[in-house]
Amino acid sequence: MLHYFLYHYICEITVPMSLSNIYGLYKSLEEQSILLSFKGVVTSDLLTSILQIIETKLTEMEESPKMKKKVFNVLVECLQNLYHHIESDYQANKKKGSVDDEYRSALFLIEKIEEGFYVRTGNYVQKKCSKELEEKIKKINSLEKEELKLYYQKILSDGERSSKGTAGLGMIDIARKSGNKLEYEFVDANEYYDFFCLNVKID
Amino acid sequence: MENLIIEGSPKTPEVKFNFEEGSLELKGRSIPENSVEFYQPLNEWIDSYGAVAQSKTTIDIKLEYFNTSSSKCILDIFKKLEAMNGNKTEVSVNWYFEEDDEDMEEAGQDYQAIIGLPFNMVEVDEI
Repeated sequence: MLHYFLYHYICEITVPMSLSNIYGLYKSLEEQSILLSFKGVVTSDLLTSILQIIETKLTEMEESPKMKKKVFNVLVECLQNLYHHIESDYQANKKKGSVDDEYRSALFLIEKIEEGFYVRTGNYVQKKCSKELEEKIKKINSLEKEELKLYYQKILSDGERSSKGTAGLGMIDIARKSGNKLEYEFVDANEYYDFFCLNVKID
Repeated sequence: MENLIIEGSPKTPEVKFNFEEGSLELKGRSIPENSVEFYQPLNEWIDSYGAVAQSKTTIDIKLEYFNTSSSKCILDIFKKLEAMNGNKTEVSVNWYFEEDDEDMEEAGQDYQAIIGLPFNMVEVDEI
């Protein structure tokens, strides 16, 4: 179901569209209260723009400062995860001559729901990395609030850092700030890639 | 030694490291994609400061947001200060958070649990 939701938008956007389909896409985004959606290559400038737009939108909405901060924090981590991981996967597979630019592309949506917000992302992940990512999410989802706090402190104090400065803390932080379990799914895309779908509920 | 002053930007904090006063301040937001690059000159300043530190050193952290990539860099700063504490200088940390911002308060507690420096948790209306 989760991947259907994300694929729905990819198909709508990438399949040549008749004019009435544009209206269909508009209506479906409107009905789901999508504040912002994006599909494409995630660059640093793009992140800056998206964050500025969302921050302005949040300021205009009647949400508590606490909710606004949580949403902003989760967004930053989700978008920076996309930014860091897509590029490293792409470069790795490029060496094998197995990719085209599509695999640098990601999907991102922020949706208003009754109780708060949903942040949804979709991106290609190298098959060999899927397992590790899934194990990590399972571990995070198995922990309660206090345990998650201790786990974060442990990774913060002992964890190694990659050359890009990513610290392996992103997913833990997303789970902590959202206060909810991470909803996820890996969809088999082809022999090299899975499509990783992530739903984060903030309420 | 020269002070280190860096203006804030949409993704990086305002930095005010003042040698005469022995005061270090980070204010605003720290959400750059590449935090290592941003924090490099801050680390270098602190390394030089360690040799000529004032008898008292305070660091004020007044952040609204920071990403996990910055969290490691902030930890590195605290570790450097922890290493010089009790040597030439007495270091204390003031961790500011806005009223109701439990996440930022908890973030301060995370560092407090890891770092052996005195932390003052300071609740304010607005950072």
